[in-house]
Amino acid sequence: MFLAAFLPIMLMQQAPADDIDWDKEFGVEEVERDPVTGELPVEPYVQANANAGATPFAGDTMAARFGGQNGIRQIANRFVDLNFSDPRIRTIFAAHDEVRFRRTIFEQFCYILNAGCNYSGRDMESSHSGLGTRKADLNALVENLQQAMREEGVPFAAQNRFLAKLAPMSADVIDR
Amino acid sequence: MMWQNIMSALVTTLLAWASSASAQPVSTEQNAQRFEAAEEFEGGEEAVARFVDYNGKLLLTNAVSAVDGASGGGISNWATIAGRQETRGIGVQANVTTLFLPDYFYQSHGLAVGIADRLELSYARQNFDTQDVGAALGIGQGYKLNQDVLGAKVRLFGELVYGEPLIPQVALGLQYKRNLDGAVVEAVGAVDDDGVDFTVSATKLFLSHSVLVNTTARLTKANQNGLLGFGSTADDDYSLQFEGALVYQLSRRFVVGGEYRTKPDNLKLGEGDWFDLFAAYAPTRNITLTAAYADLGSIATFEDQRGAFVQTQLAF
Repeated sequence: MFLAAFLPIMLMQQAPADDIDWDKEFGVEEVERDPVTGELPVEPYVQANANAGATPFAGDTMAARFGGQNGIRQIANRFVDLNFSDPRIRTIFAAHDEVRFRRTIFEQFCYILNAGCNYSGRDMESSHSGLGTRKADLNALVENLQQAMREEGVPFAAQNRFLAKLAPMSADVIDR
Repeated sequence: MMWQNIMSALVTTLLAWASSASAQPVSTEQNAQRFEAAEEFEGGEEAVARFVDYNGKLLLTNAVSAVDGASGGGISNWATIAGRQETRGIGVQANVTTLFLPDYFYQSHGLAVGIADRLELSYARQNFDTQDVGAALGIGQGYKLNQDVLGAKVRLFGELVYGEPLIPQVALGLQYKRNLDGAVVEAVGAVDDDGVDFTVSATKLFLSHSVLVNTTARLTKANQNGLLGFGSTADDDYSLQFEGALVYQLSRRFVVGGEYRTKPDNLKLGEGDWFDLFAAYAPTRNITLTAAYADLGSIATFEDQRGAFVQTQLAF
């Protein structure tokens, strides 16, 4: 019956022109990556090292255990690769700007390990808000970090000392 | 595509329902974003299926099984919850334990179910072979003392690994122990052949030192863990006992440690404290192998019961 009623109306419609910019018609703005950094733009926020969520280690022992900035970059990159391909948690990362995450996670690790960086990312609460992360997901993430550190030859006790800095952030990371 | 959307909506609704008990349920809008994101890359549909909860405790954080069936060390109860589930699932843990002593042979097997890393329900069957001692005591060569232990443990607050570095995971437990050899335990002077133990445990992994510490207080009347009954005509009151464990993490898979457990001597048979040194290894996510040197002191007047403790545990 509905079909009978609407069929004449549908048939009376004219086909739209081929050259209509539908994005423009609906007000869709394309987000473009920064030509220099390759990152997507983010909402403005106040940058501060306090956003890293932990105080850095004193001295340069931990930075040395992690192989300095080069070692930390290897670990951060490997950590990102593992997370984006991990079937348990990759869906959480899928909507993230991988380029930006790669940079900010390196900065956070480097800052906390006192290897001479500042952290320019967002704080832990706002950066993890609404991701729906469960405790098991956090464990998967920890395992990936452990693997990245292990592959870079970080001694286990030093791995745990670093994890001790990150573990108290769990309340900001776990959603449910 | 329509079916996908309907399924997505269904799963989203289910997830929203499942998470309604937690403090910050994720909104359906946020979940929808995740589903869309998941569909954008290869294997997306498979990944959507992965939104189903999975069990994924960190290796060894479900602990091993204490002789009474609860998650803990070999001889002490911990605040840990059995099973590999985290806060949103159900896990199980099963163990077979043997203890070779100079005058006795002990064997137990148990099953524990963990719910949402909050509640643990456990059962253990203990079989204690008296071997030659049985003949010497006149109860029969190789007489076996048997006991069933039903346990419940609830995590009150705190987290073993995460959260505040100085706030431990704390749990309350109770264990109903039923000795199956009533005539024998009454003959040695025990008042009851069943009893209930009450425990409160605090356990924390101090990551900065790779050290796990457990302390447990236990109210009990049990003689030799209940294998020789409960209380005595001379002393039938509950007494407060202590259990401690200190563990060092050598790697994700391998830990070494020691435990101490005080016990009452209601029967005045020279029952003393228990002590062990152990190593636990997790060759896979689901298997934990534990070996220990255990000193159980004097049992039924037969002294210096020191020997090897071996446990195989499966957890899911």
